[in-house]
Amino acid sequence: MTATDTLALLPLLLLAGTAVAVMLGIAVKRSHELTAGLTLTGLAASFLSVCAVAPLAPRQVTSLLLIDRYALFYLGLIIASAAAVAVLSYQYFAKHDGQREELYLLLVLATLGCGVLVTSVHFASFLLGLEVLSVSLYGMVAYFTGRGQALEAGIKYLILASASAAFLLFGLALIYAGTGTMALSSLRDLSLGSSSLALLLPGIALSITGIGFKLGVVPFHLWTPDVYQGAPAPVSAFVATTSKTAVVALLLRYLAAETQQSPAVFLLFSIIAVASMFAGNLLALRQNNVKRILAYSSIAHFGYILVAFLAATAMAAGAVAFYLVAYTVTILTAFGVITVLSTSEADADDLEDYRGLFWQRPVLASVFTAALLSLAGIPATMGFVGKFYVLASGADASAWPLIIVLALTSVIGLFYYLRVVVALFSAVPERPSSLQGLGWSSAFVLGGLAVLLI
Amino acid sequence: MVLIWLMVVLLVAGILAWLTARWSAQLPRWISLVAIGLDLVLTAHIWAGRASGATNQWLDEVDWNWVPSFGIHFHLAIDGLSLLMLMLTFFLGIMAVLASWTEIREKIGFFHFNLMWVLAGIVGVFLAVDLFLFYFAWELMLVPMYFLIVIWGHERRVYAAVKFFLFTQCSGLLMLIAILALYFIHHQTTGAYTFEYSQLLGTQLSPGTELWIMLGFFVAFAVKLPVVPLHTWLPDAHTEAPTAGSVILAGLLLKTGGYGLLRFVIPLFPQAAHQFTPIALVLAAVGIVYGAVMAFSQTDLKRLVAYTSVSHLGFVLLGIFSWNPLALQGAVLTMICHGLSTGALFILVGGLQERMHTRDLGKMGGLWAVAPRLSGAALFFSMASLGLPGMGDFVGEFLVLLGSYKISVPITVVASLGILASTFYALRMMQRAFFGPSTNSWRLPDLTPREGLMMTVMILGLLWLGLYPQPVLNTFAPAMDNLQREVQMPAAALRTQP
Repeated sequence: MTATDTLALLPLLLLAGTAVAVMLGIAVKRSHELTAGLTLTGLAASFLSVCAVAPLAPRQVTSLLLIDRYALFYLGLIIASAAAVAVLSYQYFAKHDGQREELYLLLVLATLGCGVLVTSVHFASFLLGLEVLSVSLYGMVAYFTGRGQALEAGIKYLILASASAAFLLFGLALIYAGTGTMALSSLRDLSLGSSSLALLLPGIALSITGIGFKLGVVPFHLWTPDVYQGAPAPVSAFVATTSKTAVVALLLRYLAAETQQSPAVFLLFSIIAVASMFAGNLLALRQNNVKRILAYSSIAHFGYILVAFLAATAMAAGAVAFYLVAYTVTILTAFGVITVLSTSEADADDLEDYRGLFWQRPVLASVFTAALLSLAGIPATMGFVGKFYVLASGADASAWPLIIVLALTSVIGLFYYLRVVVALFSAVPERPSSLQGLGWSSAFVLGGLAVLLI
Repeated sequence: MVLIWLMVVLLVAGILAWLTARWSAQLPRWISLVAIGLDLVLTAHIWAGRASGATNQWLDEVDWNWVPSFGIHFHLAIDGLSLLMLMLTFFLGIMAVLASWTEIREKIGFFHFNLMWVLAGIVGVFLAVDLFLFYFAWELMLVPMYFLIVIWGHERRVYAAVKFFLFTQCSGLLMLIAILALYFIHHQTTGAYTFEYSQLLGTQLSPGTELWIMLGFFVAFAVKLPVVPLHTWLPDAHTEAPTAGSVILAGLLLKTGGYGLLRFVIPLFPQAAHQFTPIALVLAAVGIVYGAVMAFSQTDLKRLVAYTSVSHLGFVLLGIFSWNPLALQGAVLTMICHGLSTGALFILVGGLQERMHTRDLGKMGGLWAVAPRLSGAALFFSMASLGLPGMGDFVGEFLVLLGSYKISVPITVVASLGILASTFYALRMMQRAFFGPSTNSWRLPDLTPREGLMMTVMILGLLWLGLYPQPVLNTFAPAMDNLQREVQMPAAALRTQP
């Protein structure tokens, strides 16, 4: 490790340093403001260092990590979304009493895990990153130990994530046995026609199980609605955006080539994509819980991303990257609105909570409407450009069945987004108004996100 | 540049109307009225000055690079066809604002915001000659329309609005896929990435591909037009929308379907469209008769008027797929006249509902004695709708039938039966609502001066189109010559082939 190597690792080192600093800060003085401020400062420093180390890229640091432009792009996206989650958490937890500072510690650790994931080039760093992310998430999901739903979500996530990690580990072991190398790039250039096919194919299938679980695509999606519903709103936002972004980045880098080499793998991913698009959109239709709706919609959205991933054209990498940015911005906005409307007793996740919001809080409701229309892919929003990009890359690769399924299922999806929009714009119900003021910090973040959205 | 202003004026006026609503309820109405009036004047100005640019295909155009990496341009252009559609848009826009002058009492600012933006979207559709921009405008006009129905609509507004949105969005996405397919095939054959209409015109397609891509476009326009199996959103949306919404839906949104067929389907895919002709003709004839029969059996006055649209727009489809100049002229004329006559009927029904709080034909009756001027206007427009000579609808439908006679006699006979059926529903409507015994002894105010003015203008317009349609036909003539060349080519090719 030379000094330059260390410098290249600066974003990750800063994240780790922030975690330590936050922990020590909590030990010295328990203060919500101080902890949140420290977290944000650390994240901001790390984000700036991403820009700073860009000239060094690409650079392989030990055999575990690779810092290149691709990794740095996703690192930047991850850190930025984590920072937005931190601000939302500040607003959210300001309403709560009790010990709220540890959440920031977990948040920074989870972000670090994501960062390691996107830079990893080795099975060891891959698993390490994944576990750092998962273990922090257990704590974050079940942060409100007093709420039954949160505990249920936490336990569910814990058990399923551990099981899927075991699958992944076994799969990677089989691949190692077949190829004799632990470098992730072995996935990229292994030729499936070779003699060790009997080991490789099951290995890849098992790894896909582990990765599919993290993405929450069908048939590994069962945890998503419960976790989204049970976890505090900012944490749901984190699970939906940051953690999934990291896994998609990894998937795109190492398995995209695989889908073109092997018809079996291509078919497998096609089935996952089609099933996700249908299941996500159909299951969301009858939900009355906004967080569950967003959970099912995220299943569908990762189905859409898989379509671009399967196209694997020159355009596809750009399409996936753009779609992820658009999706992240949109979901953060949506959960931001939920966060603002949540009270200390419960999150604002029932559709009834949103009835007539437009006539009481026009700006907030407009922002939420923009987010929903963006998820639905209506023009003049970021989501539309993302969807256009994905459709274009699909058309470029002549994957007609996939993009027609995409178009049809996104119309199904439109129905439940419109249900929420209808609720926002319907007449104001007779009930005691318990609307909260909009904190300046959330206002700032939501405003920024909304501008990005359009 | 003036084309950009047409849209910008509406968009800015929409925002202003929304913002100023907190100070005065009248301000948004006047802002909207002035903005649309300004656009009408600008368009009339283009119309008056069109002789000078006769050599060019477009009377005026604006072309900016928008997203160069994809070859997307912000390209607006106007020819005779879009000019006529724009005149209709702004004329009916003014009528829509006037019609909601007293009907809309709540959330006035947001209402006018949506009204202005849906008009801006429609203007975009009529002007865009970049397919991406076209799709963008096509989708953009849906969202405000959706809000117009869902917030200010009648009893079943949510159902109607969602149905409307899903139908159009689904067909729109199929069109987007077709656009992308065309885009990539064009790139494969020429190496250039472009969404430009004039460049995509000559794209070489294999017959099978051409048919599929054509169908993608056709479905989107068929939902809007509407063609019969895809029409079910229309009666609901028209019935539940507020008056201004119904006027814009019937008068303008349906026309975007006909315009799309004329502008895109026929020139881009002449061969495939030609192959598709028999099916399109049958669909058109079915639509004409089905719409008329359904209209006859309605008890909801607004729903009745909605079904007449299905019937009238069947003539448009018939005219477009008859492949000769007479029928095409007829189709365009029918689109314009239908906008006027049906728009006026919706305004009258809206006026009645505002007074009586019902649209049920069974509860009406004997209204002539109570409100003679209103009833007289209704009589005029239902006569126009049933195709009485001397009014615009007659000219349009007559030309369509003349044209379609050359291509298929049986279809023409069936379509003529539709005209016969329209007599029944129009007379039944008059009979049930305005004549006969007054069952409920209604006491209704007659037309206000505002309504009277609107009706007079629309009556004069229809009479002008019916008695002297030549200026309109002349305006459309150069655009039609272009179209005609596209149409003749495959027709000649088909004749030599067998």
